[in-house]
Amino acid sequence: MKVVIGKGSCGIAAGALKIEHTLKTLLADTACELGIAGCIGMCFLEPIVDIYAHGVLLRRLVRVSESDCAIIAEAVKTENLSLLDHLTVSEEDNAFLTKQTRIALRNCGLIDPENINAYIEADGYKALRKVLTMTPENVIEEIKISGLAGRGGAGFPTWFKWNAARQSAGDEKYLICNADEGDPGAFMDRAVIESDPHALLEGMLIAAYAIGATEAFVYVRAEYPLAIVRLQKAIEDATAKGYLGENILGSSFSCHVRIKAGAGAFVCGEETALIESLEGKRGMPRLKPPFPAQKGYEEKPSNINNVETFANVAWIINHGGAAFSAMGTENSKGTKVFALTGKIKRGGLVEIPMGLTLREVIYDIGGGIRDDKEFKAVQLGGPSGGCIPEALLDTVIDYKALSATGAIMGSGGMVVMDEGTCMVNMARFFLDFTTKESCGKCVHCRIGTRRMFEILTRITNGDGKDGDIELLEELCEGIRGGALCGLGQTAPNPVLTTIRYFRNEYEAHINEKKCPADECAALRSFAINKENCIGCGLCAKKCPVSAITGERKQPHTIDNEKCIKCGVCFTVCPVKAVTKNGGECNG
Amino acid sequence: MSEKKSLITVLQEKQEELGYLPMDELYKIAEETGNSPARVLGVATFYTQFRLQPVGKYLIMLCKGTACHVNGADGLEKAICEELGIADGDTTEDGLFSLKTVACLGCCSLSPAMMINDDTYGSLTPAKAVAILRDIRKGEVQ
Ligand SMILES: Cc1cc2nc3c(=O)[nH]c(=O)nc-3n(C[C@H](O)[C@H](O)[C@H](O)COP(=O)(O)O)c2cc1C
Ligand code: SF4
Ligand code: SF4
Ligand code: FES
Ligand code: FES
Repeated sequence: MKVVIGKGSCGIAAGALKIEHTLKTLLADTACELGIAGCIGMCFLEPIVDIYAHGVLLRRLVRVSESDCAIIAEAVKTENLSLLDHLTVSEEDNAFLTKQTRIALRNCGLIDPENINAYIEADGYKALRKVLTMTPENVIEEIKISGLAGRGGAGFPTWFKWNAARQSAGDEKYLICNADEGDPGAFMDRAVIESDPHALLEGMLIAAYAIGATEAFVYVRAEYPLAIVRLQKAIEDATAKGYLGENILGSSFSCHVRIKAGAGAFVCGEETALIESLEGKRGMPRLKPPFPAQKGYEEKPSNINNVETFANVAWIINHGGAAFSAMGTENSKGTKVFALTGKIKRGGLVEIPMGLTLREVIYDIGGGIRDDKEFKAVQLGGPSGGCIPEALLDTVIDYKALSATGAIMGSGGMVVMDEGTCMVNMARFFLDFTTKESCGKCVHCRIGTRRMFEILTRITNGDGKDGDIELLEELCEGIRGGALCGLGQTAPNPVLTTIRYFRNEYEAHINEKKCPADECAALRSFAINKENCIGCGLCAKKCPVSAITGERKQPHTIDNEKCIKCGVCFTVCPVKAVTKNGGECNG
Repeated sequence: MSEKKSLITVLQEKQEELGYLPMDELYKIAEETGNSPARVLGVATFYTQFRLQPVGKYLIMLCKGTACHVNGADGLEKAICEELGIADGDTTEDGLFSLKTVACLGCCSLSPAMMINDDTYGSLTPAKAVAILRDIRKGEVQ
């Protein structure tokens, strides 16, 4: 039997290393093999341990703790797996996986990412071999048939970019993989690199062959140390086996791949800023045209694609472009990976065919909202995207349909929010992000986002004024028109969509000085009901700022000047004498 | 193709070696790489990874990305700041801890999350985060 431990970043954060260590000791003198895999994407169940015999998965054990290791060792030693029933993934949780269609994630969590042979056994590098017998034009044609569009956010047809780079004059061309994954709330690219780095490399090699590049870079964000380590090993192993480097597989095609670690700047995810950064400069976007296909890295023709885009390529070559385009909708083909997070029951990586509805992803796969709360909105596309309300949950996942809502497909971040999330504060959160990340080149982006942030801060602090919403809308328009790159152009989206779908929340903050979600602390108020207070003094003892005073056995009072609205008194009062927002008590 | 290191790589290596980028080192790098000091400082201040001040032995990177925000990162920040008596970007007087908020650690499904040096901690509550810090401090005292 083989015991496989899920060792992606999530698994490790949940405790996979300790489990690996313990199992290693316990299984030391047995015939059992211990192995590792990357992320299966069922992050809500980590740490995960899989038990295989002859390559067949017998059990998937979930939420494993160190103390479960003894019974796991016992079970595999005695081949009595029924000992593990209580740890085995439930039918219901397993639906998270069975409802997905995995192409980009085809090997994630199933193979050892640090072992090139595991990838080769899973049909790895077969597509590269095939491509070397094709002309570059035929490769591009196959990608065109597949309908593959860029998964980094903009959704531009991949074949078109490859073709433009191929057609560009010059012998020296570059291929670049964008693994900057800056959208907070997204981790698809990290999971692919950590779990199946060779799939990325194979896709890149095929692209390099198609456009005629002999040098390639992977620009990985610095926050992903494990991804960098695994990718580095993959590059070395692939080079040793002749899949990478000079005269690949005996052909005349040569290509080298190097990793460049980013240094932390969201705007460097924008392709021209990324190129500036690769060149060692401040990552400030360039004016387009010229496009990277004409003048990219070191002024040479370059092609940039996202990690997930590349991860689909080998599959398309192996199965044919038509098999890929058979999935999806009229204008969005194939599958898309989402990182489902937030107030969701089952959070993790979800790959589904285009054309499913948001509701299907959030409820059928994600299991709906945690703690039986009400759904409020789902955020797609991060700081460039928008918040989609309940009424639009039947929107299908398709580039056009999602754009029509005011949000975007984006790179795949899907953050679910419940009734306790304030939408004005959400907009403020994103503007805080964009003001910090604006590179500063354009006045509208640099200053406009700051003004919006200030207005939103004012509103959430209870100092909103009549006309603020209109002022925000005006600023949005200006920034959209006056910004050079996508960061600035799309920065208004979180504000515009929340105004569009949750205007009532803005109005409640501004006109009634109330936060309907009860998230904005400044708009909370606490008071002690003199009739009910028994003077036990518990609240006064617990108040972190000593805002409560009163004699023992006498009604207490809150000094609103001092109160920081933490809500502790509200929670601790044994007789529910503390009221919140002028009404409800803790009942 | 030349293997010439980009300025960013040079800075990354220097920071790896020293823990931060002292001003006189930036001048030295400018001289050695043939860049103006302004350009070197420009790059060093553009990217959040670069630090011009020394950091504590334990660098806490607290995620304030979207998923963590929705799951209560603000409360974590408050608890950590109170526990350590420092604000975002500062270092404790004993040089043990520095706190830096970041935009996403890629561990969103375990949000709210933080990283201390190379270790990631997920599904945090204010109490859990404080307990982790106290454990580290206890380990240091012994
Ligand atoms: C502000 C900004 C940030 C971006 N961040 C990323 C990113 O983190 N990853 C990514 O692949 N694309 C990102 N993009 C999109 C890239 O500019 C580019 O379109 C993409 O890498 C092209 O690859 P694709 O065609 O395979 O999607 C970003 C764009 C903008 C404007
Ligand atoms: S829009 Fe913003 S981020 Fe983009 S180039 Fe202009 S200032 Fe920089
Ligand atoms: S809400 Fe918090 S700060 Fe205000 S009185 Fe109650 S315990 Fe004190
Ligand atoms: S299990 Fe690794 S991405 Fe979640
Ligand atoms: S949003 Fe916090 S880890 Fe991604």
